[in-house]
Amino acid sequence: MSRQMTGAKMVIQALKDQGVEVIFGYPGGAVLPIYDEIFQQNDIRHILVRHEQAALHMAEGYARSTGKPGCVLVTSGPGATNAVTGLTDALLDSIPLVVISGQVPTFMIGTDGFQEADTVGITRPCTKHNWLVKDADDVAETLHQAFHVATSGRPGPVLVDLPKDVQFATGTYIEPKQVKMSHYQPKVKGDIEAITRLVELIETAKKPVFYTGGGVINSGPGASQLLRELVDGADFPITSTLMGLGAYPASGKNWLGMLGMHGLYEANLAMHDCDLMINVGARFDDRITGRVADFSPESHKVHIDIDPSSVNKIVHVHLPIIGDVGHVLEDVLKVWKARGRKTDKASLAEWHTQVNEWRAVRCLAYTNSEKTIKPQYALERLEALTKGRDRYITTEVGQHQMWAAQYLGFEDPNRWMTSGGLGTMGYGFPASIGVQVAHPDALVINVAGEASWLMNMQELGTATQFRTPVKQFILNNERLGMVRQWQELLHGERYSQSWSESLPDFVKLAEAFGWKGIICDNPADLDDAIMEMINHDGPVLFDCLVEKHENCFPMIPSGKPHNEMLLAADADAFKEGASLV
Amino acid sequence: MAALNIKKGSSSHSAYDLRDFHSEAVQSHTLAVIVDNEAGVLARVIGLFSGRGYNIDSLTVAEVDHKGHRSRITVVTRGTVAVVEQIKAQLGRIVPVHEVLDLTLAGQAVERELALIKVVGTGDKRIEALRLAEIFRANVVDSTLESFVFELTGPPDKIDAFADLMRPLGLLDVARTGVAALSRGM
Repeated sequence: MSRQMTGAKMVIQALKDQGVEVIFGYPGGAVLPIYDEIFQQNDIRHILVRHEQAALHMAEGYARSTGKPGCVLVTSGPGATNAVTGLTDALLDSIPLVVISGQVPTFMIGTDGFQEADTVGITRPCTKHNWLVKDADDVAETLHQAFHVATSGRPGPVLVDLPKDVQFATGTYIEPKQVKMSHYQPKVKGDIEAITRLVELIETAKKPVFYTGGGVINSGPGASQLLRELVDGADFPITSTLMGLGAYPASGKNWLGMLGMHGLYEANLAMHDCDLMINVGARFDDRITGRVADFSPESHKVHIDIDPSSVNKIVHVHLPIIGDVGHVLEDVLKVWKARGRKTDKASLAEWHTQVNEWRAVRCLAYTNSEKTIKPQYALERLEALTKGRDRYITTEVGQHQMWAAQYLGFEDPNRWMTSGGLGTMGYGFPASIGVQVAHPDALVINVAGEASWLMNMQELGTATQFRTPVKQFILNNERLGMVRQWQELLHGERYSQSWSESLPDFVKLAEAFGWKGIICDNPADLDDAIMEMINHDGPVLFDCLVEKHENCFPMIPSGKPHNEMLLAADADAFKEGASLV
Repeated sequence: MAALNIKKGSSSHSAYDLRDFHSEAVQSHTLAVIVDNEAGVLARVIGLFSGRGYNIDSLTVAEVDHKGHRSRITVVTRGTVAVVEQIKAQLGRIVPVHEVLDLTLAGQAVERELALIKVVGTGDKRIEALRLAEIFRANVVDSTLESFVFELTGPPDKIDAFADLMRPLGLLDVARTGVAALSRGM
């Protein structure tokens, strides 16, 4: 079934054979042959972005909300270098992307040709793997391998660099099933002895907690189902990282809320005081652990992860289980059930009582205002008015992102797209377009800050052109809120460069691109304005003018353990602390 | 939860936890990394070391299976137990890496290095250099009336010792291959 065709045609054929429906990209000299093939077919939809970075974030939003790999096509040189931030973002958050870049012809490589960059060299540390294809006969096999690597094991971004002469040259196309088996086959089944040991720990734990992460989402919806069954069956409290929200429902009875630097009081204290910590697909990130030496000092730590390098990287664990979350949880449930579904119920009841005392602190309480919209209030109203809808949330990076994680409830996986590891301002707007492309009829909202949002605002045109009715909910405090907060608390209130000067009139900006613009600065009008945003059949730019100096709490100052958390009420005392010099 | 007492100069002013990670004892490990001999594979391995701040004390690489296009990279690195374990896990994650062997953990490995050493001198110094070369079983591979090039094979410390002895006798240049290593026994 081998067929002769040009390298450019092979790209399209390989994408089709891999089940790709959408590709995000931007044309240029070194990818013209591929764009010529795109012009002559109707199977793969091309979304023309306004900047390559946005193409990567759109593909990330697409991938995160569907579980499928996101595809990107960029040209050589600046096209490829603009992709670097998105590649790094996807690498840190384990998002499967297949990025195809054009390259100058093979005979020009190394001559500093027009729009030449050492793309495989530049992207080597920010991809899971990358390839430079120098022969048309290798194009198909390399692309099929690229999909395999991007989606197997711990997912991640890959890049295939295609010189222009290879795109023009004719070679033999092979189908995915003809590709020789790659040696890259990460282990998915966990060691059964270790799993049995975990079950024994579950049976005897007095103060257990599940600490789950993005790995549960990456393992697929089945893994979330298994997690719910185990958590509710054992009746253990569960917290999650920013990346793992939605794996366990926010309305579930064992839900503690997010943990970490801006995590909930009950979640962080449960982590600090537990005697059994079951880490499922999370990686002990520094935003989670605080001071490592004082991280959950008394607990027996179990770590389920598909990536062996995540184990013992930051925190020493007592019981590592290498494998895919879904496969491992399935075996844990099987063994636990076979042994009679035992837990230490009396101790668990005491533990739940303790957890409920922490819950009673109501760490998310804030002082509301009738005059100005508090950002927390805006998100509470957004939650109330969108709950139960077919809803997807993306965010930018900063205070609004943490508030969104705190005040919005996620009932299902793949509904929450945010830049966790890299913290990329400018992620949320393009990501929301990518999500909307995958789910045309869903309500897709980007919870944004005005400063982050401006970083990829050029995508207004993309949303108009491709009729993606995304809602941009901008909590506008005219500040780089998180930077401002750190400056207030830790740098003597010297607000160096952390305000947003010369902001546009967002309503006029929206209208200039054919969008609807809404502005709201009165708490009394907020519900109506949000409903107007939801009900508008098209993209909306919502300029929500909020309190300018609100801080995000709880907060664990870095280098501090979980039990030295700062709540809103402590903030003033903290600020006045004479020791802060 | 009273106000936090943050001492002057402590890491609490940073967005990162600036602890000293280097308190544990550091040890040297010899790793053998079996890789597909494809373009850029050495850059991936070296880039991992530089990107994550690991040390490379010695590095050798050559294709050892021409049919299967496999290369063996021998790297001598230093770190605490946790760091060495992390290095091995990170190496294992690189897609074209087939196997990572810790020859230091596997027992005392056979480690050999080849060196070419140029010594310039006349008279007694020249005679003494030649005499020492015999003791070290170094071969003379080039000779003029004022110079020798010695070829010496052995573990790295033997080559260090020989070079140190040659220094007062007119050592001019040293070229070393880096360590090649195999585990002992089966």
